[in-house]
Amino acid sequence: MNPIQSTVFMALQTNDDTRPIIEALQRDNPAAVVHRLPAMVKIDAPGRLVLRRSTVEEILGTAWDLQAINLNLISLSGNVDETEDEMVLHWNR
Amino acid sequence: MNNTHTGQAGKKLSLKEKYALMTRGLGWDTSYEPMDKVFDQLGLEGIRIHDWDKWEDPFRLTMDAYWKYQAEKERKLYAVLDAFQQNNGHLNISDARYVNTLKLFFTGITPAEYNAHRLFAMLGRQFPGPGAAIACQMQAVDELRHVQTQIHSISQYNKYFNGLHDHSVMNDRLWYLSVPKSFFEDAISSGPFEQIIAISFALEYLLTNLVFMPFMSGAAYNGDMATVTFGFSSQSDEARHMTLGLECIKFVLEQDPGNVEIIQRYLDKWFWRGYKVLGLVSMMLDYMLPRKVMSWKEAWEIYFVQNGGSLFNDLSRYGLRMPRHWEQSVAEAEHLSHQTWNSFYNFSDAAAFHVWLPSDEDMAWLSEKYPNTFDQHYRPRIEHYRRLQAEGKRYYNPSLPMLCQTCQIPLIFTEGDDPTRTSHRETEHEGEKYHFCSDGCQEVFEQQPDKYVSAWLPAHQILQGNCFAPDADPQAAGFQAEAEVMRYFHVNPGQDNMDYEGSQDEANWRLWKGLSPDGASKAPPAA
Amino acid sequence: MQTNSQAPSSHPLVRDRVDNFHGQQLIYVGWDHHTMICAPIALLVPPGLSFGELVDSLLAHSAFALHPDWPRINWAEVEWFASDQPVTPRRDTALKDQGFGHKTFLRMRTPALRGIAGSGS
Repeated sequence: MNPIQSTVFMALQTNDDTRPIIEALQRDNPAAVVHRLPAMVKIDAPGRLVLRRSTVEEILGTAWDLQAINLNLISLSGNVDETEDEMVLHWNR
Repeated sequence: MNNTHTGQAGKKLSLKEKYALMTRGLGWDTSYEPMDKVFDQLGLEGIRIHDWDKWEDPFRLTMDAYWKYQAEKERKLYAVLDAFQQNNGHLNISDARYVNTLKLFFTGITPAEYNAHRLFAMLGRQFPGPGAAIACQMQAVDELRHVQTQIHSISQYNKYFNGLHDHSVMNDRLWYLSVPKSFFEDAISSGPFEQIIAISFALEYLLTNLVFMPFMSGAAYNGDMATVTFGFSSQSDEARHMTLGLECIKFVLEQDPGNVEIIQRYLDKWFWRGYKVLGLVSMMLDYMLPRKVMSWKEAWEIYFVQNGGSLFNDLSRYGLRMPRHWEQSVAEAEHLSHQTWNSFYNFSDAAAFHVWLPSDEDMAWLSEKYPNTFDQHYRPRIEHYRRLQAEGKRYYNPSLPMLCQTCQIPLIFTEGDDPTRTSHRETEHEGEKYHFCSDGCQEVFEQQPDKYVSAWLPAHQILQGNCFAPDADPQAAGFQAEAEVMRYFHVNPGQDNMDYEGSQDEANWRLWKGLSPDGASKAPPAA
Repeated sequence: MQTNSQAPSSHPLVRDRVDNFHGQQLIYVGWDHHTMICAPIALLVPPGLSFGELVDSLLAHSAFALHPDWPRINWAEVEWFASDQPVTPRRDTALKDQGFGHKTFLRMRTPALRGIAGSGS
């Protein structure tokens, strides 16, 4: 209906908690683009963005509860699908 | 312990199982009163819901996890606020001018958060589906938290800067604050589905990114640790609210094909209502942040055109289209902040914050960001204002403005094909004339004239004599009407408003920062 | 189309009816291509006020008079519009007797003047 490329995004606070999350997003979503703005990091991806608990845990070296993302999430765009193991943002499911 | 739900003691529930048990598992149908009497507002709008169990919160957040994470957010926030107070954080901002964005936020947005709290508390009561009711209950608590944390954060600034002393009275009475106030009152007096489309979808999903992301990032860029922290703490809830909004809209559209036309009408209305309120944010970004993050035009492109466009691409499979007049909002992005700022420059003797003229550097930035409009249309009048100020003849508008019946903003906007000609629309309803700033606002009125004919328009209320304190006597000799209106607003003329240059805020800032009157830094006084 | 929302009340409150203005009425006046005055202005006037008095006593003490183009206006050339339609106001006639009732919007255009440095402001 309009010529816009459908982008999903996740915006996170800039802090130590989110460093491994951003790294995991970059690792699991090669098409993601990371924008570092004052106090926040916005990660854009075409159509789909996945955050995997296992990748964050691998980077952290310890267990991590995916729902803890709620503490540092500033905003998002896209349909959300969340389980214990991953959180997916997507358009056109 | 009773583990009958799971059948086996000690088994850890999956997120989906836990969500099902702790939302739907908590619902029941009433027996001593029919359900349609208990939930009596559901039928008023013509929306048809066949199966509330289809509602699912994608975050699958249950109350136990909600309290845990909200408590953690509060602990983090209050640790920062303590540090901010103990370290005189207000002295680390880029410039005292910056605090004026907080004055606008605190008097305009914070009371709106309280109204949002009331709205969601009522909404939770109106939805029979426990999934929806619990999501609304969480949001009602969230919004109350936002009010409280904002008041707490800004209390530090209130100790040192003028204009922050009475946000709730100002929100009720001050002319420009009727814009956000009437937006929320319009929403809260709607049916339950319109309320959730208005706030959770149109406001949260389409528009609040514009308030919180560039503005809070701007707060960080201007050294305001307290505001960044409460802003992002609030915004971490907004991600959930947006998801609620999107989930709600998909749920309603999937329930019945007849719902599409109603939802489209709500989206058209609330996009336009929300866009009009955001004019205040455009001015904050382009004219009020001493260190600027991005222009309004850039922010609208990222957060509305791209993000909103993606969303509506997704929703087109339900038969929804982009809200009416969205193209106009894109074209107007070239003008919005300049026209909004000019109205506050005109009336800054009746506001509760300071204004100032853009510096040469600011104007260079505005030219660069608005190459199609700034030098041609807006620079000449700012230069004119400069000349007047240099001659000691600062221009204040002594008249009252004509207001739009719907958005309540003065008719400050111009026609799409002529940015020097005021945009005006007019209609007659039951023998009375009504005036609007735009086609969008006229259409909103014409959908529900009985609602908007009762709008409390500040300029008209002043002229009807309704904006004086109870002890004021307009018949008394020497009655000072303008001063009495300011007293009714709880605004201290000259102290809370007019130009930043020469204000008490400026004098205090120079004193605290060890700046000489010409702006040069000097050594701080010996301890 | 009427509301799909909460049941409308049978007697909506019309908050700005002329009776609420204590014997006076509202007139709005705008000046095209002079956007320094950020919006048209709202004036409270006695309905018997003549158009000439509106210009000479009310507009001359309004925001309009603070615009640098104000003293340069050639009043013989000014074009007037009511509800965005061209009109020819009669100076000596009362507002109410030439159809400028409560909440009428009068717009003026000064063809020779285009605001500050010709910018339309």
